[in-house]
Amino acid sequence: MRVVSVHRITDAVAELCRTANTLLPPDVYRALAAARAEEISLVGQMTLQQILDNAEYAAQSGVALCQDGGVTLVFLDIGQEVHLVGGLLEDAVQEGVRRGYHTSYLRGSILDRPFGGNNTGDNTPAILYPKIVTGSQVTVTVMPKGGGADNTSRLAMLTPAGGLDAVHDFLLETVEKAGPASCPPLIVGIGLGGSFDYVGQLAKRALLRDIGTPNADPALYALEQQWLRDINQLGIGPQGYGGAMTALAVHIVGHARHIASIPVAVNLQCHSARKGTVVL
Amino acid sequence: MTDVVHLTCPVVDSLQLRSLRAGMAVRLSGTLLTARDAAHARLHQLLQASQALPVNLENQALYYVGPAPAAPGLVVGAAGPTTASRMDPYTPELLAQGLKVTIGKGYRSAAVVSAMVRHQAVYLGAIGGIGALLSRTIKNARVLAFEDLGPEAIYELVVEDFPALVLVDTTGQDYYQIGQDSYRRRR
Repeated sequence: MRVVSVHRITDAVAELCRTANTLLPPDVYRALAAARAEEISLVGQMTLQQILDNAEYAAQSGVALCQDGGVTLVFLDIGQEVHLVGGLLEDAVQEGVRRGYHTSYLRGSILDRPFGGNNTGDNTPAILYPKIVTGSQVTVTVMPKGGGADNTSRLAMLTPAGGLDAVHDFLLETVEKAGPASCPPLIVGIGLGGSFDYVGQLAKRALLRDIGTPNADPALYALEQQWLRDINQLGIGPQGYGGAMTALAVHIVGHARHIASIPVAVNLQCHSARKGTVVL
Repeated sequence: MTDVVHLTCPVVDSLQLRSLRAGMAVRLSGTLLTARDAAHARLHQLLQASQALPVNLENQALYYVGPAPAAPGLVVGAAGPTTASRMDPYTPELLAQGLKVTIGKGYRSAAVVSAMVRHQAVYLGAIGGIGALLSRTIKNARVLAFEDLGPEAIYELVVEDFPALVLVDTTGQDYYQIGQDSYRRRR
């Protein structure tokens, strides 16, 4: 058994809120630079260049990449040999978000009620995804998920008769309807299987995989590549101004399913695909 | 896309506004007002109650943004556009108050486009997700109304060479449609 103080989790979350909101992950930067080289539209090329310039300026100045620091999603993979001490895990994470957003001058984007309500000012409450894993480490991942792209994401309970074609159509329809509001070029996270509640999480977790890392499942990897090509034929392009680079990547996380259902969730991630991880 | 048009806000030169065409690059200087979801809802309530608005919208440019707070030594934090369609239900009544320019990202409804044609207004696009870069064009920021809304308050921003693209012009032409049609290879 290993004893870990929750105060270390607070510190880690606070620092991750700062770094995730100001430093574009290297895999995303590389993918955007590659898209800049590949884009055929002149306006699209200029748009991608501005996005790259923004990442450089944010890193150098400490100004947030985007004013929308999103809903703060905190993924916690906790080894079952770990004993957390010093307080409640939930409180420790919220304190980390509160401190991180406040000290890094990040916008509070969270209202305290499901309708109406007041801005909490410090972006709390964050949403936690704790998971018990093997070992004696705690892996903390912070993902600030912007509202614009999440608003355009969709979920459907498809049925076996429609097969993969129905999933494909639902995917393209989602990207098409989202258009510029989702801030393309996108990373498209797809959850496939599970249940109504679980498939949304699968889609969200699909966004955590680094761009360029192949799917461990070869059949899903083949689908990802084919569906990326199809999305990039829609013509939406960077920011919806027209072009070939509508998406940078398609990531699928699959799961077993009920004999009656093919649950599918499409979680669109804007080009400001922010995430940060530390292992304690 | 080669020539850049310089536009001063608020827009007193209505002839220049009418000369803008979908797809033109513009640089805005002068003052912009800001408002997003919550401020629009309040403006709507005031209009419904036939009460005076806290800001005069005549000839104004309205930027859909909720800026991040300013770090010490800076005027404002990241300040990129939010999705314009969420403001669509309120936009025609604000255009009727004299609003001439809206700035955001994403499609507008048919009702908003026709109101823009009727009131000879334009919709400009700023690139979403480059709030850090855009904040450099903002030279001053102060709250004008609804301070209790925090980032959703109505701000006055003084800008210099704020970059944007004409998305819908006074004839109702839509640049998203023009741009995407050229590159669409399916459906």
